[in-house]
Amino acid sequence: MVTSRRGFLSGVSTAAILSASDVAFGQKKYDDGASDTEIKIGHCCPYSGPASAYGVIGKCHQAFWKAVNDAGGINGRKVNFITLDDGYSPPKTVEVVRQLVEQEKVLLLYQTLGTPTNTAIHKYVNQKKVPHLYISTGASKWGDPKHFPWTMGFQPDYHTEGAIYAKHMLSRIKDPKIGILMQNDDYGKDYVDGFKEGLGKDKAKLIAKHVTYEVTDPTVDSQVIQLKDSGANVFFNVSTPKFAAQAIRKAADIGWKPTQYLNNVSASVASVIKPAGYEASQGILTAAYLKDPTDKQWDSSPDMKAWHAWMDKNMPGANQADGNYVFAYCVSALMLETLKRCGDTLTRENVMKQAAGFKNLELPLLLPGITINTSSTDFYPIQAVQLARFKAESWELFGEVMHAEST
Amino acid sequence: MPPFPKKWLIVLLVLGFGIPLLNPLMPDVVSSYRLFLVSTMIIAAIAVLGLNLLTGFNGQISLGHGAFYAVGAYAAAILMDQYDVPYYATLPIAAVICFVVGYLFGQPALKLEGHYLALATFALALSVPQILKYKWLEGITGGVQGIVLSKPEPPFGLPLSEDQWLYYYCFIVMVILFWISHNILNSRSGRAMMAIRDYPIAADTMGINLRLYKTVTFGISAAITGIAGALSASAIAFVAPDSFNIFLSIKFLIGLVVGGIGSLAGCVVGGIFYVLVDNSAQALSTFIKNDLGLQFDLSAYTVFGILLIALMYMMPMGIVGGVYAAMRSLRRGSKGPAPSERPAVAASKPAASRQGH
Repeated sequence: MVTSRRGFLSGVSTAAILSASDVAFGQKKYDDGASDTEIKIGHCCPYSGPASAYGVIGKCHQAFWKAVNDAGGINGRKVNFITLDDGYSPPKTVEVVRQLVEQEKVLLLYQTLGTPTNTAIHKYVNQKKVPHLYISTGASKWGDPKHFPWTMGFQPDYHTEGAIYAKHMLSRIKDPKIGILMQNDDYGKDYVDGFKEGLGKDKAKLIAKHVTYEVTDPTVDSQVIQLKDSGANVFFNVSTPKFAAQAIRKAADIGWKPTQYLNNVSASVASVIKPAGYEASQGILTAAYLKDPTDKQWDSSPDMKAWHAWMDKNMPGANQADGNYVFAYCVSALMLETLKRCGDTLTRENVMKQAAGFKNLELPLLLPGITINTSSTDFYPIQAVQLARFKAESWELFGEVMHAEST
Repeated sequence: MPPFPKKWLIVLLVLGFGIPLLNPLMPDVVSSYRLFLVSTMIIAAIAVLGLNLLTGFNGQISLGHGAFYAVGAYAAAILMDQYDVPYYATLPIAAVICFVVGYLFGQPALKLEGHYLALATFALALSVPQILKYKWLEGITGGVQGIVLSKPEPPFGLPLSEDQWLYYYCFIVMVILFWISHNILNSRSGRAMMAIRDYPIAADTMGINLRLYKTVTFGISAAITGIAGALSASAIAFVAPDSFNIFLSIKFLIGLVVGGIGSLAGCVVGGIFYVLVDNSAQALSTFIKNDLGLQFDLSAYTVFGILLIALMYMMPMGIVGGVYAAMRSLRRGSKGPAPSERPAVAASKPAASRQGH
């Protein structure tokens, strides 16, 4: 896998070109994990075990940093990306993260994946004062610079997204009766909590039926039938792709036609809408912040083209319909930009300072109008989403980009 | 199996106590991370000890000891979180709770033998994470979010780091539990347990109360594994349902089979083995891929599986059993272990076949 400089430039550094470097040049300063020739980055995610489907994110990061190195690295330094398997098990995460910090002595941790796994290391990394950046979870608790000044999330949190759906629904639907399908874990809980908060206290009774499923369940058919029987006219679908497709299909099959809100996690056209059927999916609402690689409207956008070319070159054989690759690529582009801005001052403090200093930074594959904004008190890089409605064979964005203030 | 030579035991104990003190002198060799890793090995060894009492010495197969481990961990976490119980006081309470749970589970398990018991315990292990998430229990278990705890701090102002103290804490608990287990096994009750394993009908005829011994053994086994769980709650300072998935129970069983069924020393070897392999399987699989040029990914579990199959062929009685056999054949100058020295073969077979997946 040889990447030419030009191929790389067109692909990766859209973000880099946009930025004006504001680093004070002078003497070089390093913390653990950085030197004249190398920057060590630590990462862990489940390559094995029950959540190993997320392993593709880690593989995409590996390909990304390899491509960066092949193109000359960052300010002359190669990135040594050390990624370990934690199997989505919190005790294992503690072990591998300690290995990364204490044995490998990485400069920073980034994109560690999962809510319970990151919770297990939250205190530790903040005690050790190791940057814990752009972590791969949508829980709302990661943007707390006051108590945890070394931890920062990335994506819009589930809580906020849930609240946005609730507010939209209250403003559009008269006399709503809500049916909720929820995956019974931290991710599902977070969405539903946000949704309930968006409804407001006195409106909680609008929820006619709240059913759950486990990731190990074969189908959600019976749950959807229960929701229909409750007489709900709004369907809030908090499920991962396989189950989301089943639920949409089943609702259509049994003639249930509620207003459907589909969580962003399952907004992929290829893995959810297409299996569920275009017919059954018309009018579904979702909130998006990334471009869907299977959505035809982005086929001609330069960043999507560049991404496809990058994938062809660096991850041949990977399924380009998988939104996880888009996500991983976009986050890595942000990390790359952060390290570039650090210049020769590769200290942990400076990494955090740069990470907390983005103003309207554009990244490849973010929806038009959505940018990265952080400050010393705002540790939520992306807080904007845009609602979209499924029409014909793609998502049609409507309304304004919403800048949600997280709670 | 022959008892562990006493002088070696003393040497090991002295080393176990002495080496961590070198941490400030040689921070690179005896690093905090390695101390932590050894602590997790000790915890694993205790959990395997619990399982070994049941499977290795009493002949009841359990695929669900992760459940008792989880109960112990949650008992300790809830006590620390909600009732401000100091961490060391959670151990006996967790042990009692797990004993009761194990004893009660042992009652219906009496009717189940061999594979059927394995399946029943398997179901228990599968259900525990779900029960922890159950909404009525959410108030105390923290539901899917789990419970965040603090790490144990060294008592009496001892000049130890957190990791050193954690190590000693685990080490002392391990020594005590192994001493207790050793005494149980060498008592009348222990011989009764093993008699039940070998010939239940004969044991019954000789007047051993099968019902009592089987359920109490189940209870003790659960209590010891529960203590390991409580220790892990302190060591990791966090519990969540995701920490106790079915692979945990499988790993205990792997530790047991690899270390040596029906051997106390085997528990320690098994605990070390599974932490070590779990830890280096990924490195090994990248090594195979990058340096040996194999074109496909071997997952950590595949490496685990291959190692297990190889071990089962070379040392069917586990590492400790294999070492003893080797020592014996060296001494006698003859080959192969005597057939009479193979306890619990029946128990090891289904256990071993489960690992192939």
